[in-house]
Amino acid sequence: MTDLAQSGDAPRPKMSPPADQTGIVGWLKRNLFSSWGNSLTTIVLIACVVWIIDWFIDWGLVNATFVAANGPECGKNAGACWALIGEKYRYIFFGSFPYEQHWRPLFACIAMLAMLLASADRRMWNWRLLVIWSVGSFVTFLLMFGELRFPLTIFLIVGLVVGGVGMGLRAGIASPREMLTYRVLAIVGGVGLAGRIAGVIPAWGLEINAFSYVETGLWGGLPVTMILATYGLVFAFPYGILLALGRRSNLPLIKGLCVGFIELIRGVPLISLLIMASVMLPLFLPTGSNIDKFLRALVAVIFFAGAYIAEIIRGGLQSLPKGQFEAADAMGLNYVQSTTLIVLPQALRVVIPPLINTFIGFFKDTSLVLIIGIFDFLNTANQALVDPNWAGFPGEVYLFAAAIYFIFCYSMSRYSKYLEIELNKGTRR
Amino acid sequence: MAVEAVRATSDTKVAPWNDPVIRGWVFQIVVVGLVAALAWYLVSNTLENLARQKIATGFDFLGREAGFAIGDTMIAYSPADTYARAIWVGILNTLRVAVIGIILTTFLGTIIGIGRLSPNWLLARICAIYVEIFRNVPLLLWLFLIYKLVSEAFPGPRQAIRMMGDTVFLSNRGLYFPVPIAAPIHKWMGVGLIVGIVGAWALHRWATARQARTGEPFPSILAGFGIVLAAPFLVWLLGGAPSAMSWPALKGFNFEGGTVIQPEFAALLLGLVLYTSAFVAEIVRSGILALHKGQSEAAAAIGLSRGQSMRLVLLPQALRVIVPPMTSTYLNITKNSSLAIAIGYPDLVASINVTINQTGQAIENILIIMAAYLTVSLSISAFMNWYNKQIALKER
Repeated sequence: MTDLAQSGDAPRPKMSPPADQTGIVGWLKRNLFSSWGNSLTTIVLIACVVWIIDWFIDWGLVNATFVAANGPECGKNAGACWALIGEKYRYIFFGSFPYEQHWRPLFACIAMLAMLLASADRRMWNWRLLVIWSVGSFVTFLLMFGELRFPLTIFLIVGLVVGGVGMGLRAGIASPREMLTYRVLAIVGGVGLAGRIAGVIPAWGLEINAFSYVETGLWGGLPVTMILATYGLVFAFPYGILLALGRRSNLPLIKGLCVGFIELIRGVPLISLLIMASVMLPLFLPTGSNIDKFLRALVAVIFFAGAYIAEIIRGGLQSLPKGQFEAADAMGLNYVQSTTLIVLPQALRVVIPPLINTFIGFFKDTSLVLIIGIFDFLNTANQALVDPNWAGFPGEVYLFAAAIYFIFCYSMSRYSKYLEIELNKGTRR
Repeated sequence: MAVEAVRATSDTKVAPWNDPVIRGWVFQIVVVGLVAALAWYLVSNTLENLARQKIATGFDFLGREAGFAIGDTMIAYSPADTYARAIWVGILNTLRVAVIGIILTTFLGTIIGIGRLSPNWLLARICAIYVEIFRNVPLLLWLFLIYKLVSEAFPGPRQAIRMMGDTVFLSNRGLYFPVPIAAPIHKWMGVGLIVGIVGAWALHRWATARQARTGEPFPSILAGFGIVLAAPFLVWLLGGAPSAMSWPALKGFNFEGGTVIQPEFAALLLGLVLYTSAFVAEIVRSGILALHKGQSEAAAAIGLSRGQSMRLVLLPQALRVIVPPMTSTYLNITKNSSLAIAIGYPDLVASINVTINQTGQAIENILIIMAAYLTVSLSISAFMNWYNKQIALKER
């Protein structure tokens, strides 16, 4: 119970902290020079950093050539040959796409970027997402191909799927009229599809011809990388969900099939799947049918991505307490309803950040398609080096390509970090 | 009333199409039937296509002469050898790059991960920049960049960079350095090395037990390294210290003698290690951050230095968080080593690719790839799971 103020001493005047503990000096002392070992590390590191930056400025700016007619002219200076990038950037970005039509892949890239950016906004995470992706995909592929053909079969499959899912999902909720619509859709789709397979219904297609047709063999550069990564993941996503649900299923045969598939795919490298797709897919199909090389790569990427996505989603499913499943059953929901209305919305919310990290991984991994001869962004950069007029400057081109990849991957990883914090706001204390 | 009602409903017969068990089986049979039908369709197409293209089936090709050269082999191989041996050379090359890669990646990644947590702001920043740069650019791009720099920036054999008084040569053909000529004593030196490792391990156990009993520390790690190095050296001295060396020398357009680290191997290893260590660094960092802050404070409070607290208190606990994701990183290194094909290092996939192109027997070769990688993956997983059990928290 001793009160310092009353024990005889007058209250001391407030003193400011020592000068070497505040402000810049204090920060430096705390973070860079806290001990002699730390000071030594700092000095050595500063020396290294200064040396590297100095070398880079000399090589990349001071001694660099920005305008040159050919390689030997570039070689006169000791520094980087950025003129090579100026000469080749159209090829690196768009590959062998007809030169005067380069605006098409450019706008296709912009459309895909806009689509991805719009999907990054959480306010769009509802029916709007479907609209954004339908319109975005339509624009992208119309620009890339020049003309699109929607065969009747596609409409029939969509009808069957929408009808079937609607019947399961809205069972007991929908009005009789709505239910009737789903039934009609499913029956028309199913019967039509059977007719198509049997050959009773002729092949019919809705054709849209906007520009001159450009085959996938001429596609190259950034749009190829973006299409492979984006659509590889888009198609792999529902398929990964099915695999994950199958792996968690009580039905032994289904579970065995899914586990076997997932472990087999995850156990082998992507390259072996790509080689398999490029040499074995043609063997799998009936004699005479030819499958597009680009499509083969896409199939391999989808198979590969599906197995990895399934494992991530399984993590999300496992994080749900058992009570959620039981409560859904107690409410009288059927399997489709409890899965789509109760289980998946919660499980997917947990796994969105790791899914984005997987997407980053696939964005990088699509570069492997160059092994089976597809001209993705890395491959066009590689091909730009082959020109004998510009031989001898691999570093410049690869640095340029690395910078583009870095911008994409780094911004996505920042977004994933932001989302992780944003989505966990409710559970954080 | 309620009980009766429940009993009443449970007694009522459920129609077979509403019985979940029957529905489950019907659903399973339909799905398996569809998968089997698809498989049958694909297989029958394949057989038809193979017959039409007159491609043989079966593994007979393994015994035939391969006829292609492999640039970098660990065991004796010539184009006159069989396909089986060519594929085995590929498997050994894959294992070599994977094992060395895993060891180096673990070291570099741990150092960088700890570096990111350093109190030195500059060091932490530099490690963070390293991680971001390496993991946000495709591995294949790193491989191309490193390989092109090695093969184009280094001079040809005639202008090779000479080091250590003209005994070590660095050129675009690789790094040539002298090695001792094989002598019978080398086998016994290997035995000596194993004895040394066992001895060092025994010493470490004794030292730990004594420190637990009496509190007296013993520099067992330093002494252990001494034993491991001294044992083979002693054997070498006892064997008469044969010192004949094979020296590399320029003959014509390339070097002869000595041994070489080829540029393809160096580029692949360097690319794998630099890229993957960025991921390992993140795993190590998050493992340490997952520990309660009290652990490092308690370690500081009982007077341990930063290094000691990291080695004795933090890392052993962080290992429990680190090991599971580390297992998948090791698997990734093994699988990513297949990118070798892009820069011409002759690994398993490269050997198989040539074999497919020469024989046309894609299916058998793909099966070999899958079997080989699955074996390696499962072995690594089994070992890491065993290790994970060893370090798991021993609870009563």
